[in-house]
Amino acid sequence: MFSSRKISLAACALLVAAGSLARAAEPGSFGYGKPATPAQIAGWDIDVRGEDGAGLPAGKGTVDRGAEVYAEQCAACHGTFGEGEGRFPKLVGGVGSLRDERPEPTVGSYWPFAPTLWDYINRAMPMPTPHTLSSDDVYALTAYILHLNDLVPPEFVADRNSLPKVKMRNRDSFIWTDPRPDTTAKPCMNACVNAADVRISSTAEGRNLTPRTTGPLDTMQPK
Amino acid sequence: MRPKQPRSNVILPDAGGSPARIGRRSLLGFGAALTGSLALGGRPAIADPSQESPPADAPWSQSMGAGVVDRPYGRPADSEASVIRRNVPWLTASTESSVSFSPLQDLHGIITPNGLFFERHHAGRPDIDPAQHKLMIHGLIERPLLLTMKDILRFPSTSRIHFIECPANGGMNWRAAQLNSLQFSHGMVSCAEWTGVKLSTLLEETGIKKEAKWAMVEGADGAHMNRSIPLDKCLDDCLVVYAQNGEALRPEQGYPLRLVVPGWEGNVNIKWLRRIKLGEKPWHTREETSKYTDLMPDGTSRGFTWLMDAKSVVTFPCPEKPLDGPGLYEIRGLAWAGTGKVKRVDVSVDGGINWQTARLHEPVLSKALTKFTLPWRWDGSPALVASRVIDEAGYVQPTIAELRKRRGSNSIYHNNSIQTWQVKPDGSVFNVQLA
Ligand code: HEC
Repeated sequence: MFSSRKISLAACALLVAAGSLARAAEPGSFGYGKPATPAQIAGWDIDVRGEDGAGLPAGKGTVDRGAEVYAEQCAACHGTFGEGEGRFPKLVGGVGSLRDERPEPTVGSYWPFAPTLWDYINRAMPMPTPHTLSSDDVYALTAYILHLNDLVPPEFVADRNSLPKVKMRNRDSFIWTDPRPDTTAKPCMNACVNAADVRISSTAEGRNLTPRTTGPLDTMQPK
Repeated sequence: MRPKQPRSNVILPDAGGSPARIGRRSLLGFGAALTGSLALGGRPAIADPSQESPPADAPWSQSMGAGVVDRPYGRPADSEASVIRRNVPWLTASTESSVSFSPLQDLHGIITPNGLFFERHHAGRPDIDPAQHKLMIHGLIERPLLLTMKDILRFPSTSRIHFIECPANGGMNWRAAQLNSLQFSHGMVSCAEWTGVKLSTLLEETGIKKEAKWAMVEGADGAHMNRSIPLDKCLDDCLVVYAQNGEALRPEQGYPLRLVVPGWEGNVNIKWLRRIKLGEKPWHTREETSKYTDLMPDGTSRGFTWLMDAKSVVTFPCPEKPLDGPGLYEIRGLAWAGTGKVKRVDVSVDGGINWQTARLHEPVLSKALTKFTLPWRWDGSPALVASRVIDEAGYVQPTIAELRKRRGSNSIYHNNSIQTWQVKPDGSVFNVQLA
């Protein structure tokens, strides 16, 4: 038989343990896991900072070498000159289009930082076998794509020093603080608009863009 | 799988526990003995499917159903086969970097069933071995750490209900009403109960250096998806989760580990999370420069627009769920706000001339889907049905016209405008926009 005193003591001990579990402000107080060793960190530490290229590794690559790798590994989706096959993204063009009715944001027209291009190709491309290229080939591809966009001359050699210095066209057009809320609607309840002014400006009816929403998945492709 | 027994034979454990075969006759006799008196002496007729029920019993009322563990992991009724995530095939070059939409028109609560949670992948869904998965925390911290899933499960656990919404949800409506569907216009939002460890707990365990201001979070998928998040947000309410609605995360949702960044755009809720690095400055990754930035009419772009502004949508009626003749209906919908709780939802049936406040259903949780309803007697005349949410901060969901005035129609992301459904006299419903 348990005495009620014993139970409450046990409960207290549990509570104290729970309290220290929840607080745990001191580093290492749980002690779970293992220290990540420098070698382990080096294996995964692939990120590159766009603004100044911090994290770019040793190595280099030329525009010519980039053209070779690109033809083999990238052109099938992105087109020989970066024009994009089918719906795959364009890697060139759109310069001066950002205020147009149909803007074309690309590496050439939109990207603010060149090191980000190295980082993205390195981590995510080529799409079917990402993160399998050597650092040198990623530099070469970066040089080639920048050259396709007339951002660097044909003799450009991409490396950790040259890439952060490439001046991207849209570098200064980003605002990195969120200006929202940028609307100030008031919650009017009655007679908020004139009935005469309630007008449908667009409708999805009859557009034939909507895949079916019952039965099996749709494979529709509008013309 | 159903046991492959002939229909007339069923297996029942006998008293000793071993299966005994019972013929159809003896079972029917058993039924007849029970119902005979009620049926005024006669055995009830075997259901005739052509006869409307009631009074006839349906076949499933006069037979035995499948036993327990017939479906050891349950699934919806066969008749619900249409309630699935769907994609827009022409939207993306391949399904590996693409999106699927949750069938909001068939969901009745604030929790999205795990199999229906919307998907957004950038390099397909990896199928990860949890025994090999690790989380590395390094950078501007005191103790670089490598954690296994077992380690992560030992930390104090927290469960919270939050929505996740892709900021491109509704993106196709920026220019005009395009897709005639609730699923395709609003289905990139879902909501689940997430269970895991507070990110602040993990970062306190590693010790944060004074200079640290930002975190870089990265996935183990082929995209090695990575984003920058201010340290303040990490310490405020982010969760590193391994469970979704009580069970392990679904592979599509980041199994075995994902980040949940409550109220912020879906893309920063990194799935298949494998690395967290603290630094002094943001990284300006491809997903926060080339993508997930908002192009304005003057050619400038907004970056780091993480917050999901308050939004609501009427889920009934909607294009997929038309009205069935005049009469009393319950207008139903969902509202949510990245800033906190939903304070109020108003509904209009006349295109925004007049509004009525809808009833919010409990629970009304911070940064979670919230259900609202309003009774409506429809007289069969044309109607324009819309909802408008107000969040705790007093922010009012804008019209698409108001948003366009500020942002033009090329910003792709963060379209949280009021959705108008046009109801025609025949009850059919269309996605429309008002001038
Ligand atoms: C199988 C098709 C395929 C191949 C091959 C491929 N890519 Fe891609 N690439 C894509 C897709 C799809 C995206 C968009 C992915 C996304 O947004 O999630 C993309 C995006 C990009 C982008 C970003 C474009 C932007 O403006 O944001 C760059 C740069 C790029 N690829 C470079 C390369 C390079 C270099 C190679 C060759 C090493 C390559 N790609 C091979 C399909 C491919």
